Amino acid sequence: MTDLTTRARSAASNRNTVAVAVLLVLALIYPLIVDSLTSLPVIGDFVPKTDSMVIMIVFTTMAIGLNMVVGYAGLLDLGYVAFYAVGAYTAGWFASQQFDQATIDFGAVGIPDGFPGIHISMWLVLPIAGLLTMLAGIAIGLPTLRLRGDYLAIVTLGFGEIVPQFVRNADSLGGFDLTNGTFGIAPIDSLGFGAIGARLGLPESFRQSSDRSQWYFWTAVVILLITVFCSVRLRDSRLGRAWIAIREDETAAAAMGIPLMRTKTWAYAIGAFFGGVAGAFYASFKGGAFPADFYFNISVFLLCMVILGGVGSVWGVLLGGMILGYLNVEGLATIGSKIQQSGIPKLDGFDPTKYQFGIYGLIIVAMMLLRPTGLIPERRHKIEMAEGVHDTPFYDVQLEGTLTDRDSSDD
Amino acid sequence: MTKLRGASVSDLIGLTIVGLVVVWVAINFVKDPTSFINIGLIGLTNGTIYGVVALGYTLVYGILQLINFAHGDVFALAGLVASTVIVSVLGLDESSSVLVIVGGLAVTLVVIMVAFALFNASIERIAYKPLRNAPRLAPLITAIGVSFIVQNIGLAFYGVNYQTVPNFIPRTDAIHIGDVTYSWSKASVLIIVIPLLVVLSWFVRSTKQGKAMRAVAQDTEASAMMGIDVNRTIAVTFLLAGALAGAAGIVYLLQFNMRYDTGFELGLIAFTAAVLGGIGNLSGAVLGALIIGFIQAFNEGLAWFAPGSDWTRSIVFGILILILVFRPEGILGEQTPEGA
Repeated sequence: MTDLTTRARSAASNRNTVAVAVLLVLALIYPLIVDSLTSLPVIGDFVPKTDSMVIMIVFTTMAIGLNMVVGYAGLLDLGYVAFYAVGAYTAGWFASQQFDQATIDFGAVGIPDGFPGIHISMWLVLPIAGLLTMLAGIAIGLPTLRLRGDYLAIVTLGFGEIVPQFVRNADSLGGFDLTNGTFGIAPIDSLGFGAIGARLGLPESFRQSSDRSQWYFWTAVVILLITVFCSVRLRDSRLGRAWIAIREDETAAAAMGIPLMRTKTWAYAIGAFFGGVAGAFYASFKGGAFPADFYFNISVFLLCMVILGGVGSVWGVLLGGMILGYLNVEGLATIGSKIQQSGIPKLDGFDPTKYQFGIYGLIIVAMMLLRPTGLIPERRHKIEMAEGVHDTPFYDVQLEGTLTDRDSSDD
Repeated sequence: MTKLRGASVSDLIGLTIVGLVVVWVAINFVKDPTSFINIGLIGLTNGTIYGVVALGYTLVYGILQLINFAHGDVFALAGLVASTVIVSVLGLDESSSVLVIVGGLAVTLVVIMVAFALFNASIERIAYKPLRNAPRLAPLITAIGVSFIVQNIGLAFYGVNYQTVPNFIPRTDAIHIGDVTYSWSKASVLIIVIPLLVVLSWFVRSTKQGKAMRAVAQDTEASAMMGIDVNRTIAVTFLLAGALAGAAGIVYLLQFNMRYDTGFELGLIAFTAAVLGGIGNLSGAVLGALIIGFIQAFNEGLAWFAPGSDWTRSIVFGILILILVFRPEGILGEQTPEGA
C-alpha cells in the first residue's frame, strides 16, 4: 500500500518535472518562434508579443511575491504597489542621471564615460533594490503587523497610497530633488553584458541591441524562475511552515512557540524583496520610474492574480498571473478590436480595456463565491476552506495585551 | 512590568503628536482668527459629509466585522444617479423657486435613499451572505471586487467626466458676523444631515429593530438564541447604510463635482474617520469624521506651516496608521458596539 503511494507520488513528481522542463524549453524559445505563432490563422492575433510577455512575467513575479505574504502567511496586503514603487525608484536612484551632483560609474552599460549621475550596473541594482524594498517592508511591517486581518489590509493600503504621493511630492524635500516629482526618473540605465559580453557576441546594452525584447524576456524568465524556486523552497522550509501555521491559527501557532512578529515580518520582508526586484527590472525595461504607475488598482490587480490562481499555490499564481497579465497587456485590447470588427452594431463602441478593473472585480467576486480556492488550489488551503480556520479574534484592542501582543519580548 | 512601560512610552509618543498638532492649530488661530474660523467652517461642512459615509462603514462593521469596501463606491454611484434625477428628471436650476428646490431635493433624497438602500442590501444578499461562514478575509476580498464592479457601473453610465448640478442653492451668506461667513449652500449640508442623524440615533436606540442590531453586534449567536432574526437584522443594517450612502451622495453633489471614482478616496477618508472615532461606535464615526474634516481643511487652508493639499492623502493615512498603532480602539473606543 505504502509502496504503491510512494510509487504514485514519485510518478506524479516525475510528471511534474517533465511538465516543468517542457514549459521551460517553450519559454526559452518563445522569442524565436513568436513570429511564426502570430502568423497562424485565427489564434495568431491573440499571441502576445515578446514585449508584452516581459510585462506579463514582471507582474507574475510580483504576484508570486505577494503570494508569500497573502497566500503563505495569510496577511492581506493591499499596498503591494508600494514595494513595486520602492524597487523602481531604487533603480532610478542608482542607475540614472537623477543625482547629477555625483559622477559614479560602476559597471554601467550604454552610457558615455564621465556621464553625470550614479550609474551602478543594473545587475547589482536589482538585488540592491530588493534589499532596500525589504527594509521598506520591515519598516511598514514593524508597527502594523500587530494588527490582524482586515485592519492590516487597510493599513497596508494606506502605505500603498502614501508611497506614490510621497514620490510625487518629493521633488523638493528641503530643496533636495529626490524623485523628480510628477515627471518621474528617466532614463534609467539598461541591463546589458557590457564590453566583456560584447567580446563574446552578447549585447553590450539590451536597449541598444537589435534583439532588445528577447534579451529582456530571457532575463525576466530567469528572475521569475528564481522567484518561483525561492517561493517553493521557502514554503517547505521551517519559516514557510511557520507562516502556514500562523495563517491557520495564530493563537495556536504562538502557543507552539512561533514568534509571531518576527515570522510575519519575514513574510513581509521576503514578499517585498521580490516586488522590489521586479519593480527595478521593470523600471529598467521601461526606461523610467513614473509616479503615475503606482496606484491602488495595481495592488488589486496583483491580488486578483493570486486569487484567480489559488491562494498559496505557486503554480496557480503563475497561471493566474500569466492569464491576467495577458488580458491586461494585450488580451482585452485584442478582444475589443475583434468585437468592434465583428460589426455587431450595439457593441460598436464597446472597449473592454476601459472596464478592465470592473472585469477584475467580477473575477474576484466570482472566484470568491464559486471557487474560493482558485484555478489550481493548494491542497492545504482547500482543506482550510472546507473545514474553516480559527481566525478570531482578528485584531488586538485590549490594552493589557494578548498572546500576539508580544513584540517587545520576543524579538 | 515591561508591558506597562511599553504602553506608557507609546502613549507618550501619541500624546506628543497630538500636542504638536494642537500647538500648530493654536498658533494658526492666533495669527489670523477670521480666516481660521472660515476654514474651520469648511472643515465642519466636509466633516459632516464624511460623517454620513463613515456611519455606513461603522454600522456594517459593528454587525459583521466587515470593512465594506464597496460602501464608498455605492456613495459615489448614488451621487451620480442623483445628478441625473436633479438635472434631467426634476430639472432644478438657479431659476427654480425656493419651494420647488426644497420639494425637489426632498423627492431626490427619498428616491435615492430608497433606491440605494435596496442596492446595498442586494449587494449583501448576492456577494457577502454566501460567505458568512468563510474565513474572515474572504468577504473583505469580495468587497474589494464589488467595489470595482460598482465603480465600473458608474463609469459605464456616466463616463469619465465629472458630473455636477447647477448652483440652485444660493451662495449668499446664511451667517455673516464680521468677516466670518457661512453660505446657504454649505448650511444646506447641515440642514439635510442633522435630521438624518437624529432619526438614525432614534432608530438604533429606541426601535425594536435597532435594539436587535445592537444585540447582534454584541453577540450574534446569543441574539440568535434569543429569537432575533440575524439575517434580517444584517439586511436592515445594509439598508440603513445604503440609505446613508445615498444621502451622503446627494449632499456631496451639492458641494462638489463627482465622477465614478470619487468614492474610492472619500470612502477611505470616511473609513479612517470611523476608525479614528472607534469603529462600531456611531457617535465615534461622526466625531472622527469632524476631526478629519477639520484637519483636512486646516491642512489645505491654513497659512502657517501647512503641508497643503498635495499631502492630504498622506496625512489622512498617516492618521489612520498612527491611530491603529497607538490606539486601535479609537477615541471613543468600542465598549458598546453599536452604542449610539
